[in-house]
Amino acid sequence: MSKKTMMLGNEAIARGAFEAGVKLSSAYPGTPSTEISEYLAKYEEVYTEWAPNEKVAAEVAIGASISGVRSMACMKHVGLNVAADPLYTFAYTGVGGGSVFVVADDPGLASSQNEQDTRMIARAAHVPVLEPSDSGEAKEFVKFAYELSERYDTPVILRTTTKLAHSQSAVELCERVEVEDKEYTRSPQKYVMMPASAIGRHLVVEDRELRMAKDAASFPVNKVEMGDKAIGFITCGIAYQYVKEVCPNASILKLGLVNPLSREMIEDFINQVETVYVFEELEPVIEEQVRAWGFEVKGKECFTKQGEYSANLLRRVLYGKDEAVFDKAEAPARPPILCPGCPHRSVFSVLNKLKIHASGDIGCYTLGAVAPLGVIDTTICMGASISALHGMEKAKGKEYIKNWVAVIGDSTFLHTGINSLVNMVYNKSTATVMILDNRTTGMTGHQEHAATGKTLKGEDTYAIDLAALCRAIGVPNVIEVNAFDVKELERIVRESVNGDTLTVIIAKAPCALLKGQKFPNKCVINTETCKKCGLCLKIGCPAITKTADGMRIDPTMCNGCGLCQNYCKFNAIETVEK
Amino acid sequence: MTKNIMIVGVGGQGTLLTSRIIGKAALAEGCDVKISEVHGMAQRGGSVVTFVRFGEAVSEPVVEEGQADVVIAFERLEALRYAHFLKKDGVLIVNDCRIDPMTVVIGAKEYPENILDDLKKDHAVYAIDGQKIALELGNSKVLNSVVLGFAAAFIGFDKQVWLDTVADTVPQKTIEINQKAFTLGYETNR
Repeated sequence: MSKKTMMLGNEAIARGAFEAGVKLSSAYPGTPSTEISEYLAKYEEVYTEWAPNEKVAAEVAIGASISGVRSMACMKHVGLNVAADPLYTFAYTGVGGGSVFVVADDPGLASSQNEQDTRMIARAAHVPVLEPSDSGEAKEFVKFAYELSERYDTPVILRTTTKLAHSQSAVELCERVEVEDKEYTRSPQKYVMMPASAIGRHLVVEDRELRMAKDAASFPVNKVEMGDKAIGFITCGIAYQYVKEVCPNASILKLGLVNPLSREMIEDFINQVETVYVFEELEPVIEEQVRAWGFEVKGKECFTKQGEYSANLLRRVLYGKDEAVFDKAEAPARPPILCPGCPHRSVFSVLNKLKIHASGDIGCYTLGAVAPLGVIDTTICMGASISALHGMEKAKGKEYIKNWVAVIGDSTFLHTGINSLVNMVYNKSTATVMILDNRTTGMTGHQEHAATGKTLKGEDTYAIDLAALCRAIGVPNVIEVNAFDVKELERIVRESVNGDTLTVIIAKAPCALLKGQKFPNKCVINTETCKKCGLCLKIGCPAITKTADGMRIDPTMCNGCGLCQNYCKFNAIETVEK
Repeated sequence: MTKNIMIVGVGGQGTLLTSRIIGKAALAEGCDVKISEVHGMAQRGGSVVTFVRFGEAVSEPVVEEGQADVVIAFERLEALRYAHFLKKDGVLIVNDCRIDPMTVVIGAKEYPENILDDLKKDHAVYAIDGQKIALELGNSKVLNSVVLGFAAAFIGFDKQVWLDTVADTVPQKTIEINQKAFTLGYETNR
């Protein structure tokens, strides 16, 4: 008996892994991939975990595959950069039990530091890529990915994008099929990648890719929908839905396998259709190959490489206009902001007061770059805050970094910040590193990590002591401080940026959105003593606004952290019980 | 015909739950449904947009400019920001409240005056003070059920389908108050 239910793309991927008999999954949270692991963790039959970073997650999945079980690793596009090292060589060794890396691209940058196309890495690594276009397909493609993985002895990437990952559509549920573990036999030629064996495996990889490209015409994930032969589209993923929306009668070659490509199908399609558009988000991966084969198609000269596609984009190209009726009104922007009661705001208010620049990192605290706090000067990638600051000191000397610190979250520190800190110790840095320890992976929606004491499955576990860890690797000066104690913070930061030893300041206070995290009081403005000077607005708390009658603290938004009280010179902010 | 609903608001106002309830109700009515959600950074107090599309067969999960039958705005400025997604004869539901974006708080921009009057020049606008009703019920968090109840008449479906879907979606402990909130919104004059 099958049952239809609405599922988020990410939930459907988890369901597909469950039904495919997957026994292990490892991941690091990253929008838009995070929920896959959270849904998968609900199935008792599957071991799931948060790894400290994507490289570790990938290697855990590789080990599980070699031992003979079906395994999965999940990450966002930039996570695959971190996991690229194992991926490239996993392509050489091939698998034991089937292995799938789910990689979520973010065209349009809903929550990322760049736009990149996973298909480019997959091509370079010679790893096949499947790309579904709704939740139902996502589930089925995961199952097919494991078949491919085992049939061709290769890891497979399932590529998703933000719209697919975070859209819901109907999914038909099936039972889980237990898959017998592959037997492990020692095979250094396959699994020990040193030059003598790797030379041979490279040839295996090339041959495998050619075979798969040849066989791809028979794969059920590749489909031809022949319609009007005057206009046709070669498309994949969510872009297919926009084509269906605008040109329901056009001919469509919908590619589910986007690497390697089935030349046979593409050639056959182009020969039958008069004008062929390649409609693919981000990079012209399909288009460039088709052109290299000598076929005429329309592509990126019509459609952008940047951002998400839409039906209206296609309408504008095909018909010169879209469906918009009204003009867009002028409206002040509403960018994301740090929440009321966020401990990062407290730290940033101190850095702002001391006119200190921050070498920033990836997390909610990146929002410290914008007004009114404006303390974050750089954000590159996970862990870069610490190493970039080190580079500044070594390039320009201690004087230069006397008004600089590095800021990094607890989860990001454990991801790759720790390597950078080891480098600082080893190469005699005198910098100041601030770990903003809010006891969670905040931006992605509150995931556990190695210092929270809980696993992905919600079980109790060891919690890494960040201060002890820093001391153990040789940081001479490690200070823990309450993130809301602004006076103490100010004193410590002032002292350490001017000092000549490497200092790690761990500013501790739980994320304001964590369950059970509540302050007993809330703040109110005493309208009699308030001088309407607006100093309290400078901390950028969304609960505080200026009205015609003076300052006002929204009682439903304020969560009573009391940070604003530190910045009122007239003691006009009082607390009342909630 | 596919019906296109767009829900806009400020991160944290419960717009995601609202879109899920609408989607579930449409599914209960036997429609093909697609919902598009927003996760990640934008949720942190930013401008948040979700979409629900339902009908016989739905392709894309998003509603685009010129296509919305109903836009449900949980805040006035967000209503202004996204009103151009409406069809010519689309309906704009506005929860009549003001939340200043940081650009206004720090004085870089002015919060526009008379938003509703301006919007009424081009669109059918129906406003409700959802926050007031929610607070009268003693829980500001049921705001989304009030606004949904108010909007429900423009989306269609039986009242009972809505009440059942609300019960099926919200946490067990809050079913009664959310259904009450929905009903109060539903019964508010338009």
